[in-house]
Amino acid sequence: MFEFLFKGLIRDKSRSLLPVIVVSLGVSLSVFFVGYIEGMMGDMVDQNARFGTGHMKVMTREYVKNIAQKPLDLSILEAGKVIQELDKSYPEVDWVKRFNFGGILDVPDENGQTKTQGIAGGMAFDMTEGNSDLRRLNIANNIVEGRMPNGPFEMLLGQGLAKRMNVKIGDTITYFGSTMDGSMSFQNFTYVGAVQFGLSVMDDKTFLIDIKDAEQILDMEDAVQEIYGYLPNDIYDDQAIEEIKNTYNASFAESDDEYAPQMLALRDQNGLSTMLDMVNTMSSAFTFFFIIAMSIVLWNTGLLGGLRRYTEFGIRIAIGESKRDIYKSLLLESVIVGVIGSVFGTILGLILTFYLQEVGIDMSDTLGNSNVLFSNVIRAKVVPTQFWIGFFPGVMATFLGALLSGRGIFKRQTSELFNELGV
Amino acid sequence: MKKILTIAFLLIGCTVMAQDPVEMLQKIDENMYSSTKITKSKMIVYGKRKNKEIVMEAYSRGTKDTFSEYLSPAREKGTKMLKLDDKLWIYSPSSDRTIQISGHMLRQSVNGSDMSYEDMMQEKKMVDMYTPTIKGEEQMNGEDCYILQLDAKVDDISYPKVKMWVEKKNYVPMRQDLFAKSGQLLKTINMEDVRPVNGRFYPFKMNYKDVLKDGKGTDFIVIEMQDNVPISDNVFNKANLKK
Repeated sequence: MFEFLFKGLIRDKSRSLLPVIVVSLGVSLSVFFVGYIEGMMGDMVDQNARFGTGHMKVMTREYVKNIAQKPLDLSILEAGKVIQELDKSYPEVDWVKRFNFGGILDVPDENGQTKTQGIAGGMAFDMTEGNSDLRRLNIANNIVEGRMPNGPFEMLLGQGLAKRMNVKIGDTITYFGSTMDGSMSFQNFTYVGAVQFGLSVMDDKTFLIDIKDAEQILDMEDAVQEIYGYLPNDIYDDQAIEEIKNTYNASFAESDDEYAPQMLALRDQNGLSTMLDMVNTMSSAFTFFFIIAMSIVLWNTGLLGGLRRYTEFGIRIAIGESKRDIYKSLLLESVIVGVIGSVFGTILGLILTFYLQEVGIDMSDTLGNSNVLFSNVIRAKVVPTQFWIGFFPGVMATFLGALLSGRGIFKRQTSELFNELGV
Repeated sequence: MKKILTIAFLLIGCTVMAQDPVEMLQKIDENMYSSTKITKSKMIVYGKRKNKEIVMEAYSRGTKDTFSEYLSPAREKGTKMLKLDDKLWIYSPSSDRTIQISGHMLRQSVNGSDMSYEDMMQEKKMVDMYTPTIKGEEQMNGEDCYILQLDAKVDDISYPKVKMWVEKKNYVPMRQDLFAKSGQLLKTINMEDVRPVNGRFYPFKMNYKDVLKDGKGTDFIVIEMQDNVPISDNVFNKANLKK
């Protein structure tokens, strides 16, 4: 039966070509869309986790209330003890100290007078060789000029900032800012390299220093602004993060200390929750509307095909084939067309995704002022889901189309056929 | 009785109307600025967790030039600031660098306080910057005051609108509300402890409050003040920063 129908489809191109093309295009779009969203979302989660939010982050309650200002004076005191407890309670998580602070960078000329000056955002993390955070931030591989800091008071600048400050390797840069308690802080740094973060917002405004230097210039010995937590292998797991957050915060529920630690998950920060939920909803809505639209198109294709095959159905009824059997064969044909179209569509979608994964789309001009960290180059990502996600809507759409259009078979009368054929 | 009340209100009205607001602003300027001044003052920055005290000595000449040096705390001792006209330099002994603060960086907070560098840089008398209007009378910080509304008559000014409560007796401001061009309140300054200094009156305690920040604001307390004393020109020289 299958072979008979398959041969029929191959020999009669008008029955198979158009539906296969329609299904292939629809499925490829669907597969590509999944890859694009996965790539974009994965990148967004990854970049935010690495640079801005961690998978989860511990701060004081008062700090959380004013998180947009990143107030140093509301930082965690006795940070060593807090990290020790976190390590004990959640040994699988990598807990690291981070500082994000602002200040003025001033480059002197040969007479010690200001040559260039600008406001910049500082980021400090543990730059000790072999440190997990150093590997995670992947700074060493993104240095476009110079080297990593390996001594006290050495500074890396974002590529754009380095250009704006007009500095060369070995130049002195004076940091001028405030300590944790608001005192003036001055410190000379040596410029040792420029980094390309691949994020406009960071390339143009960020400088990097070692955490020990930050503790000194901000007067924050055994204090920390934010403690970032990362799940094993840096793999984001929404459910696991939520569980850790809830148990940790519950352990301080009885405390009325406004400086007690509080944990936020990645999705609680930078409006990421809304964005993640919105993209998920959009993705589901796209799949749903895709099935509906494809069904309508294929129903129409089926109707046209059905009309064209009206005579064939009449003859088949006349020679004794039951209407139910004809309907079944029509449905089976649609499944074959759906599967073939889905296979082609999936392959096409995967090729498109792979292309965008390797080449990407440069969005640096449009992402400059985003609060959420996006890479300058948006890339798709080939994910296992893509290998099956197109099949369901592809086969369902053709099947639904045939299911609706094939109903005409039951209205077919043999007497009308003879009349039509002039017998 | 009605007549008496009407006459009384008319008299009060006439008294307010009789005051020339420009003259009033000139008297305020005379109180607030002197040809030269040496002050030792204390700035208390009220933080959420702890307060911070900075003691400094300042030499000023008119409204344009000021030289100040931090005397404590230890971390900041020896830090010097020089303001000449619209330029501001800061010298840090720890880095042995003199940095000029300019442009939008002047809007940064000084020592985490509610004061910005721009607030410290006022280089013109108020009468040269604002057009005053008397808006009424009210008691403020325990003193009977006139309410003045000041509208900027020059461009490029930090606070284009100011509401000021001026003590009736000696024309000392008791409170200032500083507004942005949009009308949004940005800062308030409350003055108290008005003392006579060499024939003029000066508030020895001021509280700056940035309304966009939480907390009690920043107190600026004058410990000692010498008025109209000779100050060498060398003080107001960039070379003096590194000495």
